[in-house]
Amino acid sequence: MAKITLENLGHSYMESPQSEADWALKKLNIDWEDGGAYALLGPSGCGKTTLLSIISGLLHPSAGRVLFDDKDVTDLPPDQRHIAQVFQFPVVYDTMTVYDNLAFPLRNRHVPEADVDKRVREIAEMIDLTDTLGSRAKGLTADGKQKISLGRGLVRSDVNVIMFDEPLTVIDPHLKWLLRSKLKELHQRVKTTMIYVTHDQTEALTFADKVVVMNLGEVVQIGTPVDLFERPQHTFVGHFIGSPGMNVLPCAVEDGKPHFAGTEIDTASDKNLNDIKGTLQIGVRPEFVQFADKGVPAKVVKVSDAGRFRIVETHADDTSIKLLVPEGQGIPADDAYLAFDRNHTQVYRDGWIVA
Amino acid sequence: MTLELKDVSLRFGADTHIYPTSLTLDPGSFNILLGTTLAGKTTLMKLMAGLEKPTRGEVWFSGRNVTGVSVRSRNVSMVYQQFINYPNLTVYENIASPLRVARIAEAEIRKKVESLAELLKLSPMLERRPGELSGGQQQRTALARALAKDSDLVLLDEPLANLDFKLREELRDELPRLFADRDCIVVYATTEPTEALLFGGNTACLHEGRIAQFGPTGEIYRAPKDLVSAQVFSDPPINTVTVTKRGGEFRLADMAAWAAIGEFANIADGDYTLGVRPHHVSPLARGENPVGIDGKVLVAELSGSESIIHFTMHGATWVSQSHGIHPFEVGSQAKLYADMSRAMLFDKNGTRVAA
Amino acid sequence: MNNKTINHAAWIFVLPVVALVAFNAIIPLMTVVNYSVQETFGDNTFFWAGVIWFEEVLHSSRFHDALLRQLAFTFTILAIEVPLGVAIALAMPRKGAWVSVCLVTMALPLLIPWNVVGAMWNIFALPDIGLLGRGLNALGFDYNFTRQPGDAWFTLILMDVWHWTSLVVLLAYAGLVSIPDAYYQAAKIDGAGSFAIFRFIQLPKLKRVLTIAVLLRFMDSFMIYTEPFVLTGGGPGNSTTLLSIDLVKIALGQFDLGPAAAMSLIYFLIILLLSWVFYTLMMRSEAQ
Repeated sequence: MAKITLENLGHSYMESPQSEADWALKKLNIDWEDGGAYALLGPSGCGKTTLLSIISGLLHPSAGRVLFDDKDVTDLPPDQRHIAQVFQFPVVYDTMTVYDNLAFPLRNRHVPEADVDKRVREIAEMIDLTDTLGSRAKGLTADGKQKISLGRGLVRSDVNVIMFDEPLTVIDPHLKWLLRSKLKELHQRVKTTMIYVTHDQTEALTFADKVVVMNLGEVVQIGTPVDLFERPQHTFVGHFIGSPGMNVLPCAVEDGKPHFAGTEIDTASDKNLNDIKGTLQIGVRPEFVQFADKGVPAKVVKVSDAGRFRIVETHADDTSIKLLVPEGQGIPADDAYLAFDRNHTQVYRDGWIVA
Repeated sequence: MTLELKDVSLRFGADTHIYPTSLTLDPGSFNILLGTTLAGKTTLMKLMAGLEKPTRGEVWFSGRNVTGVSVRSRNVSMVYQQFINYPNLTVYENIASPLRVARIAEAEIRKKVESLAELLKLSPMLERRPGELSGGQQQRTALARALAKDSDLVLLDEPLANLDFKLREELRDELPRLFADRDCIVVYATTEPTEALLFGGNTACLHEGRIAQFGPTGEIYRAPKDLVSAQVFSDPPINTVTVTKRGGEFRLADMAAWAAIGEFANIADGDYTLGVRPHHVSPLARGENPVGIDGKVLVAELSGSESIIHFTMHGATWVSQSHGIHPFEVGSQAKLYADMSRAMLFDKNGTRVAA
Repeated sequence: MNNKTINHAAWIFVLPVVALVAFNAIIPLMTVVNYSVQETFGDNTFFWAGVIWFEEVLHSSRFHDALLRQLAFTFTILAIEVPLGVAIALAMPRKGAWVSVCLVTMALPLLIPWNVVGAMWNIFALPDIGLLGRGLNALGFDYNFTRQPGDAWFTLILMDVWHWTSLVVLLAYAGLVSIPDAYYQAAKIDGAGSFAIFRFIQLPKLKRVLTIAVLLRFMDSFMIYTEPFVLTGGGPGNSTTLLSIDLVKIALGQFDLGPAAAMSLIYFLIILLLSWVFYTLMMRSEAQ
């Protein structure tokens, strides 16, 4: 177990990067505490897999350092970093039994066979594989194979961090729930630092204590799921997290107050907007918009049933505003007024939140 | 232009892949095949397309028996989970390819390709090759090609499964609109209940080679015919437990009891399977008939806006999905409330009991 | 619905192939079957002979010797070429400019016509003027492949290894590059050494492709004719007379059509049987 520090970390796949855009990762400084559950969340191409490879030692960064417990490991190969990784597609040793798969990392490190046996059985119990220990790993289902991959990390007592690279990609939805909660449960039991890379917000938010949101090689926000949901620091976070994402509306300023569609909007900040230059926008999540008797005039254009709630799309002043209506509540037929929850409505300047 | 499957079945040797299935799909309809991996979605699509010949039964299209007519002489398009395009042709030529086969005039082709590119936001990349595009753009190209063909039957086999979460959301929003003014039959296979709900249309719940139920999507979700349909159409999985009715009361072992009211007032005494969807189980007493249940917390997943609590109760594992953040200590005893006014009851054969 | 007619013309294009296969395989094979059960005295009159040719061939020590030589040759070259081929494939680079250089170099021997290979090695190995022959003698070895059976075998096997190891290399290489990176990464993380990586990742993933390689090399080497014929002509004595060479000697040298036909069929059946055994064994271990 270890604290992980990334210091001025940067990476480019080019020989001599010229412009900002040549960098797949741009100047990262992150501290990951020992024993935490972290998620790296972002769209494909945001640099999250690159970052993962650098931490595991499969890739050498072009700039900066990686520290485990304040010890520089930038130049160490993967096997000397004491890390474990679960890949997107299950990696098992086909010719071996489940038992031998789990024992493999220990045997490679010349652990006495008696200890290997004890440890393998203990971990198999934890990941519910005791009954299949004797069968060939090849014959298992995708979720079983992912458990083996995870188990190969858990058996080692020297593991600093376990990393997951979109581990649920090939798992059916109804099994995703089980495997995901299993991961969470295991983290709460073994307290090893875990880093979970994904583009799926549900996986990231439910697994992690802290989520690192990345876009275009940069960290946009690091925060708890609640922070990211309630106070996105950037419109990108607002859009990327939440389904549907945050409504981002053009903002006009009158008397220093934000206005949309000719209506003054109450927001979480009382700041006078007259002094602020740049493009202003108002951000409010669909969860915090409601139908009301007065407020922003809007027209209902589309209603989609999601079971627990309905997603209602409205148009106000040529801008689309979505809101969530819980099961069993009525929806106006056509013309309506929208009210925004003041505490969860923010103003953004050039994408970044105005505090 | 109606597609009819009449008692169609498919067997390979002793293995039955599709049990006798009858299904009528109307022109202009959007139909969803919902089921887990290996439920038979792809096989059923192949039977519809004519890529597979049924062992028994007939396939009729527009009042004509087309069983055994090769797929080439039917007007069908298919889009797959993998992004399948001609790698050496530009996006323009890819979209134009079915039109070229149909020997349509060049000017006409240009017009059609450009309007499709506009619709699918591909206009800026018409001269690029599929390899230079992102996953989302590649799948848009494949969709555009399917649309260009102007088919009578469009089969979409989990087309969004390999896309990023946010891209999936975006395309899911656009898809029904693409087909809105066409009278072709669309069949869309998915493993995700939420996706089915958001598309609306009709849903067929598939389970182990059988259609459990077919009908309007919202109706099947709210009033499934049997336990299999309810299980297929629930994400997270529906919570189940055996309950006993005696007189005017239901009992869950000696843990909870509640009055049999409403539609359940007059059903016969005996054992039933109770089904409660996770969002009708909450840490707070909500709904019309909340009944407290004691459980032991396995995992608490707190996303930014909701809590997903996994707990064991009377030997079964249940899930509660509720709005708001409700922290629970793992391993602690907790009281959760199931809204029995929303619960479903199934008899010994799995058929739903309704008044 | 737009109705396209099914194009039956497609079948016409298949006809030439059907005709070719008939002329090329079925008719000659039937002729051989026909010869193998008859006796002729060369004037185109035939008598029914039943299975006497088969009995004769199966009991002849000449056939036994040729078969043993053939088996010895085949298993020797398999034992060398398969491990060597895999080893070379493992040593080849996976990325970069050298990949194409290596691949072309490897493919070169496969592009040379078989009789040229035989002739090349014949000259190359001649003890008086050939580079190999003279070199070996200069180093103090008493080497003469035209006189000493051991030297003839050595040269024959060296030639085959030179000619055909490339095939195994190319197949194994194709198998190796198709292994996803994640497997290597996982192994590195699990602390596996290069032997463990070979034993538990590369070898299992190569199994299919190696099955094909072994089968191809087995069938080819069992039927080899041109190269040894040009190199040694089956000599010195009968020491390198493999089955195929013996067969031609009987059929064309002595014009014993009956025994030659019977021998051909037995030869054919041995190849079929051994190939089947190989394939089944390898597939069975795959299935387990």
